[in-house]
Amino acid sequence: MKTIYKHHLFWPLCVLAALMLFNFIYSPDFFSITLQNGHLYGSLIDILNFGAPLILVAIGMTLVVATRGIDLSVGSIVAISGAISCLSISKASDQNMLSLILLSVLMSVGLSLILGIWNGVLVSAVGIQPIIATLILMVAGRGIAQLITGGQIITVTSEKYSYIGSGSLATLPFSIFVVATVLLIAALLTRKTALGMFIESVGCNPVASLMSGIRAHSVIISVYMFCGLCAGIAGLLLSSNVSSADGNNAGLWYELDAILAVVIGGTSLNGGRFYLLGTVVGALIIQTLTTTIYMIGVPPEITLVVKAFVVLMVCLVQSPAFRSAIALRWKTRHYPGEKEISRHVS
Amino acid sequence: MYLKSKYIPIIVTITLFLIMFVAGSFLYTGFFSLQVLLNLFVDNAFLLITAVGMSFVILSGGIDLSVGSMIALTTMVSASLIQQQGWSPAIVIPLVLVMGALFGSGMGAIIHYFKIQPFIVTLAGMFLARGLCYVISIDTITIDNAFYTTVAQTKITLPGGSFISISAIIALIVTAAAIFIAHYTRFGRNVYALGGNEQSALLMGLPVARTKVLVYTFSGFCSALAGVVFTFYMLSGYGLHAVGFELDTIAAVVIGGILLTGGVGYVLGTFFGVLIQGVIQTLISFDGTLSSWWTKIVIGLLLFVFILFQRILSERRAVLKQ
Repeated sequence: MKTIYKHHLFWPLCVLAALMLFNFIYSPDFFSITLQNGHLYGSLIDILNFGAPLILVAIGMTLVVATRGIDLSVGSIVAISGAISCLSISKASDQNMLSLILLSVLMSVGLSLILGIWNGVLVSAVGIQPIIATLILMVAGRGIAQLITGGQIITVTSEKYSYIGSGSLATLPFSIFVVATVLLIAALLTRKTALGMFIESVGCNPVASLMSGIRAHSVIISVYMFCGLCAGIAGLLLSSNVSSADGNNAGLWYELDAILAVVIGGTSLNGGRFYLLGTVVGALIIQTLTTTIYMIGVPPEITLVVKAFVVLMVCLVQSPAFRSAIALRWKTRHYPGEKEISRHVS
Repeated sequence: MYLKSKYIPIIVTITLFLIMFVAGSFLYTGFFSLQVLLNLFVDNAFLLITAVGMSFVILSGGIDLSVGSMIALTTMVSASLIQQQGWSPAIVIPLVLVMGALFGSGMGAIIHYFKIQPFIVTLAGMFLARGLCYVISIDTITIDNAFYTTVAQTKITLPGGSFISISAIIALIVTAAAIFIAHYTRFGRNVYALGGNEQSALLMGLPVARTKVLVYTFSGFCSALAGVVFTFYMLSGYGLHAVGFELDTIAAVVIGGILLTGGVGYVLGTFFGVLIQGVIQTLISFDGTLSSWWTKIVIGLLLFVFILFQRILSERRAVLKQ
């Protein structure tokens, strides 16, 4: 029993279950899934489908956070990636050519990899604080995306391209399979090879891990590269879902949602440990919360207030200072030794 | 040479501003005039005020992401109180300023007492303030109050025919006050000490808790004041005002040569950082063929160059110390 209670997924799953229960009580057909024309329909499928880009970005962000970094540029990379592929498709005469779609997808993915490497080099080789290093691309990236789209919304009319974001495979949305593949690869690489341990050790102490023979620089660069890649794929999903690219608004606030998902999932912002599944549950919580708020009929803008409180509560619970402040109230009969120490240390 | 190295970033910033202004004067007719220079203050008054508050936060080693949302919330609260409730501006303006300061001090208290990263706490503050805007209203509220329109339209003519707005004067006063606070008061020294090394500041017996909370209070106050100035500028309250503004502010501070790790830099640098951003926008609008999103790319590039530059400088200083 105690192992269940102590498991890192316990609280995130509880929150998710509570949210779903609330939805179920509010609208009893929340869990119903119907099969029409070989597609499954239902609120749960929608949550997975619309949440797919966020889950992807959050997976990439998890690894970055594990190295005690942060990537603010994901939103801009989402916009750039969508803009590039939509631009190259919209220029062609036949928008349904498979080779064209593949080429533009490859171009987007390649570009987002390069942008990720740029972030990684700034953080590791140049040694700039991650918040600031990625801030550069966040500011400039939005401009680049607008430059690519010419400040307009580029629309494409390609069925093959829109399949990526809104097509379905084996009755499920195709985007779910994309996310599952990325998650599987990330989980295998980090948990079945030593890579995950390297990432955690770099997050704990980059200098110590360098001295024990880990190439801290290449670990950091590859982590940012992976994060850029995830954001790039998310950009493809988003832009193909609506068959258009919007340099201004695509991926706006994504970095914040992704960080929130990572934190809810139990990954500490101080680096050194990470939970990929926790992040997925965190992203699902955010998506379910959004759906719930829409469903109740509250103006969707209030999501932000709710999110603010969620961020604050999650962080307070994570903070040792807050927990010990609460704990001390219960332990008045003991000599408050911790208090004595903390008065001198902090 | 060693002593001078701390002035290098600010000298570079000022030189860059002068080069840009002179280059603009050579490239475009009508650029070289006092009015163009004054317009930089008129159009960027709110950015200047916010950036001054942010300078203190960054000097103390923190960051404040809530400034843009705070501006939006201020415009929204003022607009709804004045327009819909019919309150007098004499009550509303002090009220929103107090609100901003309280909001900032709340965030500062959470940051200090619960030891949560400033990034996350102010991020939550940003969500909260932006969300509260929408709780008030999701539409634009236009202000036609006599006081606000008068302030917005008042032009103070300077000798030589050029003019400046009241907002610009407020911004200049705030900057002057901030330079005084930063360099000539005990509080200012505490901020620098805190940014240099929090542990040593504490061991020296400096009031770390009070300083930290005050820094965020000041930033909250500044962003509320910037919100008031922004309301004069836009004459409306809207939840989407100043989206992404926190990044412009941080960019201005960094371009101004304040080290993001805290403890190094000058408020005067921020002043020129804001002017550089203004000049870039003016240059692009004078050119006419460049689209406005070039501003973002150029600012991004400048950010990159300055951070790289700071990095090299601080590394050299570390070598010198050894």
